[in-house]
This record gives sequence, C-alpha cells and structure tokens, in this order.
Amino acid sequence: MDRIKKIDWGYLLRNYLVVFVAIVLFIVSSQLSDVFLSTQNIFNLLRQLAPPTLIAIGMLFVIMTGGIDLSVGSVVAMASVFTAHLLMTHNLVVTIVLVLLCTAVFGAVIGYLVAYRKLAAFVVSLAGMTIASGIAFIVSRGMPQRIRNDALRSFAVDSVLGVPILVCFALAFVLIFALIHRYTTWGRIVQAIGSNETAAKLSGINTNLYTVSVYVLSSVLAGIAGIMIASRVNIGSPLAGQLMELDAIAAVVIGGASLAGGNGKVLNTLMGVWVLGMIGNIMNLMNVPSYPQDVLKGVIIILAILLQMSKKGKDINSSSMA
Amino acid sequence: MDAEYRIEMKNMSKSFGGIHALKGVSFSVKPGEIHCLVGENGAGKSTLMKILSGAYRMDSGEIKINGKPVEITSPAQAIKQGIGIVYQEFELANDLSVAENIFMESLGKSAFVNWSKLNEEAQKVVQSIGFDINPRNNTGDLSVAYKQIVEIAKVLSKNVSILILDEPTAVLNDSEAEVMFKLLLKLKEKGVSIIYISHRLDEIFKIGDTVTTLKDGEITGVNPVSEMTVDKIIELMIGRELSDKYPKRVSNIGEECIRLEGFSGGMFRDVSFSVRKGEVLGLAGLVGSGRTEVMRALFGADKRLSGKVFYEGKQVNFPSTVKAVRGGLALIPENRKEQGLIPALNIRKNITITNLKKVTKLNIFNSKKESEVAETLSKKLRVKTESVESNVFSLSGGNQQKVVIAKWMNTDSKVVIMDEPTRGVDVGAKTEIYGLINDLATQGNAVILISSEMVELLAMCDRLLVMNQGIVKGELEKENFSEKNIMQLIVEEK
Repeated sequence: MDRIKKIDWGYLLRNYLVVFVAIVLFIVSSQLSDVFLSTQNIFNLLRQLAPPTLIAIGMLFVIMTGGIDLSVGSVVAMASVFTAHLLMTHNLVVTIVLVLLCTAVFGAVIGYLVAYRKLAAFVVSLAGMTIASGIAFIVSRGMPQRIRNDALRSFAVDSVLGVPILVCFALAFVLIFALIHRYTTWGRIVQAIGSNETAAKLSGINTNLYTVSVYVLSSVLAGIAGIMIASRVNIGSPLAGQLMELDAIAAVVIGGASLAGGNGKVLNTLMGVWVLGMIGNIMNLMNVPSYPQDVLKGVIIILAILLQMSKKGKDINSSSMA
Repeated sequence: MDAEYRIEMKNMSKSFGGIHALKGVSFSVKPGEIHCLVGENGAGKSTLMKILSGAYRMDSGEIKINGKPVEITSPAQAIKQGIGIVYQEFELANDLSVAENIFMESLGKSAFVNWSKLNEEAQKVVQSIGFDINPRNNTGDLSVAYKQIVEIAKVLSKNVSILILDEPTAVLNDSEAEVMFKLLLKLKEKGVSIIYISHRLDEIFKIGDTVTTLKDGEITGVNPVSEMTVDKIIELMIGRELSDKYPKRVSNIGEECIRLEGFSGGMFRDVSFSVRKGEVLGLAGLVGSGRTEVMRALFGADKRLSGKVFYEGKQVNFPSTVKAVRGGLALIPENRKEQGLIPALNIRKNITITNLKKVTKLNIFNSKKESEVAETLSKKLRVKTESVESNVFSLSGGNQQKVVIAKWMNTDSKVVIMDEPTRGVDVGAKTEIYGLINDLATQGNAVILISSEMVELLAMCDRLLVMNQGIVKGELEKENFSEKNIMQLIVEEK
C-alpha cells in the first residue's frame, strides 16, 4: 500500500506534461515582465482567452473521434455577424437562441456528411469554412456592424466577485466538459469511436449519431465564442475568428491529444490554450513585433509537440510486452 | 562453415520492466530442420523470435549463425544473416498491390520501377508456393488467408535460409494449411531451417522434426517429434496434465430461437437455417466461404440484399448493430484486435461498453457499480490481469479474447455468434473458452460457432452447417460428424 501514498511523478509527467509547461511559462513570464503578474493583465489575458477556450474544447472532442473541424473560425465570424444583425430587430435572448440554433444546424450538416456519407472531415470542414465565411460576408455586406446592446456589453465588462463574467463562463465550461468526458457515456463513447470505431460499432453503439454530435458541439461552442467576441468588441464582423481554428488545433495538440483520435483531456486542452495565450501576451509585453511573434509561436508549438512525442515514445516502450 | 547448427542461441535473457520474459533460454536449429516452438501465450516464444529477427535487443546471451557469433541489432541485419520472419500480425500495406508488398524493401533502390518485371517476379514467387494471386491486386481487398500467403511470399523473396513462422495457419483453413505444409517441406529439402510456432499441436506431428516447449520464459523440453504425443507436449507446456481439452456438455436443446430465411448478399446466396435454444450450431467451410459475411449481415454490420429473420417465431429486423444488440444478439468478431477491443479504454471500460445502461444512471457512470460488474466478469472468465484498470493490450491473446467474451456476457443476449473465438489462443485458454461456450449453451442461449478448426467444430457443436462459395452445401447431425463428411459436402457439386 506504500505505492498509493507516494506521488507517481512519472505518471503525472506523462499525463499532465502541459500543466508543468504552463507553470514554467508562467514563472518565466512573471520574471521577464513586471506587468505580467498585474491583476489587470492577468484578467485581460483570461478574458481574451475565453472564446478560444470554448473553441478548443469543441475541437478536442472532434479530434478525440479522429476527426477535425476547420470551420470553427468562420463559424465565429458568422455568429458575430448574425448577433449584430439580429439584435437590430430582436431582443438578446431570442438573438442568442437563434444564433446557436443556426450554428447547431451548420455543425449537424458537417457531422452528417462526415459520419453518414463518410466524407473526410478535413475536406468537409474546409468547405464549411468557406461557406460560413461567405455567409458572414453576405449578411454583413462585408462591413463590420456596430452593436448597441447594454445587456450584451455588460456580459463582457462585468465581474462576479472580482472575476470577469467571461472568465467565469469559460472556466465553467471547462469544468462541465471535463466532468462530461470523465463521467458520462457520451464522453466514453466519443473516446471509443476515435480509438476503434469498428469495435465500437460492433459493440452496438450508434457511432454515426455520436460523431454528428461532436460536430454540433464544436459548432455551437464556436457560436458562443462568436457571441462573446461580439460582446467584447461591440461589433459584428465577418473578419472575426480568423485563424482561430488553427489556434484551437494547436492548443489541443499541445494539450497532448493525438490527432489520430482516442485520447485527450479537457484540462490539458485548457492548459494548451493558456500556454499559447501566455506566449503571445509576454511577447506583447516585451514589445516583440508581430511578425517575429508568429515565427516564435510556431517554433514553440513544434517544441511542445516534440516534447509530447518523446514522452509518448517512452510510454510505448515501457508498456510493450511480448 | 559446416557447423552442426544453423542457429545457436545460448542463455538468452530478456526482461520488460520487472517481468522476465526469457530466463536463460538456449535454442538451436539444424540446417534443413523444421523446429517447432510451442508454449502458452506469454511463455516467451514471440520474444525469443523477435530477438532473433532483430525486433528486440536481448539483455544477455549469445547468438551464433553457422557457428559464427553474430550480433543482430536490427531487422535489416537479421535479413542480411538470412533470417526471415512471418509475423502473426500482418505487416502489409493494404493500399499497395501484392507485388509492391512482396518487393517493398527493394522498391526504393532505384528511382524508376519496372512494373511489368516487378509483377512478373511477384507472380513467380507466389506461384512457387503453390498459389495464384494476381500481383496487381490491391492487398487490402484480399482475404486474411491470402494476406498470409502474400506475407510468406514477401519473406521468401529475400532468399532466407532461416524462416520463422509465427502461427502461420491461424487464419488458414485445413486445405490451405495443407498447401502451406507442402511448401514448408519443399523448403526443408532445400536446406532451409524453419522455426515453426503454432498453437495447433496436430500440425507439429504433420511436419515437425523437433519440438521445443517453453513455459514462463524457460525451456521445459527439447524432443524429437517422433517421441512425443499431444498430451506430453501439453504437459510440458502447462506443467500439468490437461484433463480434457474439450469439456463435455449435456445438450439440452429447446425451442427455436432464431431463424434466417433466404439471406443473400455480396458474398452469400439464399442462406437459411435456424438455431434452437441451448444449441451450438457450427458453421464449417473454407475461409472466404461466406460464413463471416452471413453473420455480419445478420448482426446488422453489413447490408444484405434480401432475407428475413425470425426471433422466437416473430419476424424481426436488425438494420444496424444497435438494433441487433438491443434484439439480443452478440457477436464475437473474427479479429479481436481490429474489431473487438478498444485500445484507448482499459479492461473495465471494454467490458462494460456493450451495456452502458447497466452501469449508468441518466447516462452518468456509477463507478462503483461499473468496477463491480467488470471485476465479477473478469474473475468469472479468469482473465489473468493485476487489475481491471490495466490496458487491454497488456494482456496475452487468450486473455484479450476473454475480455471480448466478457463484453457480451455483460449483456442479456440470447444469440451468441462467435467467429473464430480461439484463433491465436493458447491451449489452456482455449479450453476455458470452450467451457464458456458450454456455459452459454447450458444457460439456454443459441450459439453460432464459426471455426476453421474442424476438430473444434466436431467437438463443440450439436449440429453443423457446411458452407462453400456463399451457399449452404449441407447440414450434418451429431451422428454424422466427421472431417471426411465435412470435406465431402464442401467439394460436392450442387
């Protein structure tokens, strides 16, 4: 029984490496800049990371089934434009319901094509990306649109017990989906599909329906992210959410999930989002110009993935038995 | 040069973590000898062969080839030493043609490929082992049996003097296996040393010269086959006498449970039969005879063109696996690795996946209940593992198969379809699985057993259906059970 008392660092490192990376990055950043640790900077950063967090959670579950959803960035734009447009004629609640309904239908179509028509997720969601972006431009006529809605605005600026609502919101989603992944049949089945879809199907599971559900989730979370962004900038813009799908994929991968599907953790994905966010933040604080920032960010993503790979290699060796 | 032994392995040791897979094993093979290597799963056979073929490094020991000490550090070096291995798991690229697979290694040697020559050469290799496969065919479209043949052809194309076969007949039926035995005897005449690993002990007596038995990483005997019997070999393998390989069952056959009428699909035509409660119905036939496909169509895994299903006399329809499982069907698929187990889930989660309702409330897991269910089944089926939280693929083949069976014992299925349930499973676990089949039948389930091992079918079933080329060629009642009768029905023109 001694083994239980002792902390298994090897296990922790293998499964939560990204948490350590985030902690190290946090400490290094706080040394590099005095401003980094200020409440204002931290809350600003966290508020800014709320929409990417939601998108990354959706992406995680899609990736867990072995798929990918490249359309989420454009869905953000579509949701933000729809929000501005609908608020001119409807109240906030109706607007939000309609926007989320639209994104759910959008995700369901992508999911249907992937699951039932067996089209490659990469291609379908790539097409979805241009379609959603196109719709955003059509509805907005290519122009950013001002939003005048106090309720929506307060969502972005107000705080609960000193913590911005957006941040509370994002953390609540992380918690809920971590629990869903761990304790519900949906989480178990999504993982099973990514690991071995044939075996899952032959176990009597309606794998197609579950596959559709992850794309619906991914789209709806992107829709919520779109509304969040609209509330922060008070503008509905067809350019919102650009490249956010790539950041989401990067965060999921930095969080240790395999693009082949079958594994991944919500908490680690959140850490992936924070790692990416902190890198951007500290470079801004140190006045690194934007283009070198992109290069550095790319390099850091690759390093993080290499680190993940090396620990996975060890994993396989230590568990391989004749 | 004229060493007595082609290969000498001395004091080989290898550990994985804290587990000693090999404890000072010595093993030698003469030129032109067929040396059988047997032992239960996990006895160390595969580890020993993986060291010889360069896939693993030994911890300590010495290898001599033709009397000269050699170091084998990679598969490429093993090939240079003339060692070729045909693995149990296929290592073929499914999207490439047969010819490309056979000459995989040599493909990269020049910038351009002479396709007609490559295909010609591939055809020659395949024909030299007595088969006819179009080298241009896509490997993924071949049946498992043919894939096995391509695998052997691939190794033989490298001019090996030492050929290692790890359960080559596991996926072959008896007549295909015969063809392979002839091939092995031909190679033996040419002076090739063959190391033959198999769980089918009768094969050893057909082709083997010497048999080495391994148990728990140690050699328990090296004997000329002529001095051995099946019972003696089993005793050496498991360290005790096996009372009965096929446990007896008193059949208590009830009313009709399920009936198929006029099933037709891509690989089968007009298949009709029924199974009664408490009955074990065997499906005999060659690999590719449509047995698996009929069962998959019944289970809703594949579409069928026509056919009706009656469950307890009432017409039912299983358009999907979901409906089939709900309707009381269970399928233990032919390939546990690709179709049975989910690697990302541990043993517990693999067992409960077929019946999540039982261990959840409002779709939320009751961890305690789930552990209980998994523990109980794991104990009942005697899955050898430290805990149900372990990875399924840390188990030996036989125990993996028990997990697949446990999955279905967790459901309320009344019709259990087993497709090659003992393939690649060691003798001890086989007997346990036979016991489980008996239990299922005794409890009043209808069991459908597909197997390429005729002896197994003859021993376990109450009734046999013989299929060939997608049609039912005939039915045998218990009193007419014999290998000869099965073969006759298979070849009979209809």
